[in-house]
Amino acid sequence: MFRYIVRRLLQMVLTFFGATFLVYALIFANQNDPIQALAGERPITESQRLALTQRYHLDEGFFMQYWYYIKGLLTGDFGTSLTGRKIGDMMVDAWPVTARLALIAIVIAAVFSVTFGVYSAIRRGGLFDNLSLVVTLVLLAMPIVVIAPLFQLIFGIQLGWFPPTATRDATFWQLLLPAIVLACIVIAPEMRVTRTSVVENLRADYVRTARAKGLTRMRVIWVHVLRNSLIPVITLIGVDLGSLLAGAIVTEHVFNIPGVGFNLARAINTEDGPLVVGFVSILVILFLFINLLVDLLYAALDPRIRYE
Amino acid sequence: MPGKAPWKMAVGATAIALLAAGCGGGGSDDASSTSNTVVIGIGEPQHLIPSNSTESNGSEVLSSLFYPLVDFDAQNKPVPVAAESITPNADNSVWTVKLKSGFTFSNGEPVTSDNYINAWNYGAYGPNAQEGAYFFEKIKGFGDLQSEDPDKDGPKKAPEPKAKTLTGLKKVDDTTFEITLDGPFSGWESVMGYTAFYPLPKAAWKSEGVLADGFEDAIIGNGPFKMKGKWEHDSQIVVEKNPSFKGTVPKVDGITWKIYQDQQAEYADLVAGNVDVQTTIPIESLSKASADLGDRFKKSPNSGFGFIGFPQYLPEYKDLRVRQAISMAINRQEIMDQIFLGSRTPATSFVSPVVAGYRENTCGDNCKYDPVKAKQLYTEANGPKELKITYNADGGHKAWIDATCNQIKATLGVNCVGVGEPKFSDMLTKAKAHENIGLIRLAWLMDYPLMENYLGPLYSTTGSSNYYGYSNPTFDNLVKAGVVAKTSEEAIAKWQAAEDILAKELPVAPIYTQQNVFGYSTKVNNVTVDLFQKVDLYKIEVVG
Repeated sequence: MFRYIVRRLLQMVLTFFGATFLVYALIFANQNDPIQALAGERPITESQRLALTQRYHLDEGFFMQYWYYIKGLLTGDFGTSLTGRKIGDMMVDAWPVTARLALIAIVIAAVFSVTFGVYSAIRRGGLFDNLSLVVTLVLLAMPIVVIAPLFQLIFGIQLGWFPPTATRDATFWQLLLPAIVLACIVIAPEMRVTRTSVVENLRADYVRTARAKGLTRMRVIWVHVLRNSLIPVITLIGVDLGSLLAGAIVTEHVFNIPGVGFNLARAINTEDGPLVVGFVSILVILFLFINLLVDLLYAALDPRIRYE
Repeated sequence: MPGKAPWKMAVGATAIALLAAGCGGGGSDDASSTSNTVVIGIGEPQHLIPSNSTESNGSEVLSSLFYPLVDFDAQNKPVPVAAESITPNADNSVWTVKLKSGFTFSNGEPVTSDNYINAWNYGAYGPNAQEGAYFFEKIKGFGDLQSEDPDKDGPKKAPEPKAKTLTGLKKVDDTTFEITLDGPFSGWESVMGYTAFYPLPKAAWKSEGVLADGFEDAIIGNGPFKMKGKWEHDSQIVVEKNPSFKGTVPKVDGITWKIYQDQQAEYADLVAGNVDVQTTIPIESLSKASADLGDRFKKSPNSGFGFIGFPQYLPEYKDLRVRQAISMAINRQEIMDQIFLGSRTPATSFVSPVVAGYRENTCGDNCKYDPVKAKQLYTEANGPKELKITYNADGGHKAWIDATCNQIKATLGVNCVGVGEPKFSDMLTKAKAHENIGLIRLAWLMDYPLMENYLGPLYSTTGSSNYYGYSNPTFDNLVKAGVVAKTSEEAIAKWQAAEDILAKELPVAPIYTQQNVFGYSTKVNNVTVDLFQKVDLYKIEVVG
């Protein structure tokens, strides 16, 4: 187990550098005139252009620029954004609120999809099962750019149940609506997978055995069947983290949450290379860790799985 | 039961996670609804150093923290505010500013001539790369503060500029200083009303010409409000009354500048009552604004001027008749009504109506919708069979450019397409390389209320925003003659003569002039938004 984790961690280092290099190269290829992009439609004087170009090494080649970036990164310095702010500070500002948002969304999605998935599996072919099939299809068909403003309009403005926007130090209440929106994009697949998996396991031999032993129906389903059905669901939740963070770009924009998604969108818009790479690097690390965690969870769920 | 353990763990972890997520924040909602403060929505300012702040968000926040040398009256004439008097010499080339005495910065420092001179020198110094540096261009010695790249785009470092301070700024005594310009300029007083001309306290400097770390995030000004805490980036900037302020005292005790990334989110908050003033209601929300806000939905003029430029480097637009035909083929009123829902008005002149010297309809028949004449002129001139209008796709211009193209198509019977470049900078790169990008969509917001601020940058040969390469020496000379004129009346006469040339040569087709479309909550009253898209902070008050 220990050796397995160490091996995975070492792989992560490679993946991390590969990913930052790729992202940096993509941004560099896309970079046209970041100074003008930052100024928008305002004219820029020659001497201002000159000073900024030299300050951010924009006139040097790709490898030199990447070298400056990595050099800073290895000393714990994420560099400076083109607006002059320390990227490290921006991350400290942005990450907590996005982390809370994503966490609430994951929990909502997991709780709802597992409960409803199991329930519709038990009552397969019933009213609830068919109804949930329709609802999940609708959710799957709606992209987040539609769901987010729609929910804001209905629940935030017209019904007034939730505050229409949130801030950096948002309360749980303020984050609930955006989190529900985020959860919507992952809830449908998670629920369908749970249902299928439970349906399969309900026919397994061990279920018959458990019933024959005289265990209660609840115990058979919620302990024996569910535990064995969760492996594909857990995998899916791990992968879904990626969709959640991609969805956060839209959700944070609509609900005015100054988190990671917002900073990424702004950075891409202003061709701010170091800022994009900074945030993406952390995203990559996070993604790698979550997947390691998911793999380790398999062992907890299925005693047959051992890591060497 | 070994099987139970992971479940307990999972449930426990879930509970902890929810608890952590829920309790992490909060507690920041102070009771602002009962106090005499207002919440005004803005976008994240790029900078808060006055000389580095040229966009409206930054300058709006700064207007609460600083007291300008001059402000503008209802006729857009400059009025001394922090200055006791501003007097030019006989030919308007040397200006003497006398400051009102007794004023202090919010940290208690007295406001002196040095505060202005040091701040302006910092702003003008090339290597500081200040956005507002061009405001100091007219002051003597500006050129010596800039450096040139020895090898354009090469790796060599540019040499240090020759000088660090403007020779044109001279301290007379603690409350008087002299500004020597490169040449006569009767409108200089108006220029000094801009954000870039605010003073900075001694506390701003680490050493001479170097700003102290973190000063920008907790900037100290000489204005009616002072910053409470720090600039909470992407979140808010809270300002409270500065008790030692000697000037006109605003009616509210504090302002929370709430930062929005998206104007539609801001509008949602305006309707929900979480923000008191929104200075720009986005076009997507305009159709329901009257219903949502009633008479709290208002319009007022601002300086925005939008037009379509005819690149002079493209041979197909050389013929005046082609330019006239295209301009006449556009039904401006229809676009204003259908696309902008009445939030903009058709432009019929080459400067905005907000500046002194504006005359209605200088464009004359050339800007009037006349499909028959347009078609006739176009056929005579044998205009191009394919037209395209390039715009930047990130600015919400697609709808009106496509509408314009459709009108041209219908009127002239030629094909017309709108081409969206992802960003404004992409469009500029192509225009500067003289690529065939067709007609160019452009717009201008003024820096100071003078006709020259439209004529100079937009149409003179060396104008900073003349991306279509219009050049007419007679026009350039008339603009310059207006600048050096003795009185503002004389200046306006010259500038109007210059505008007449534009009407004849039609380097651009004027399309719209912008308006502020703003709204406010039931909590506030007396809300006005000025030409610079700023809320008048001295008038706004809390109801009840």
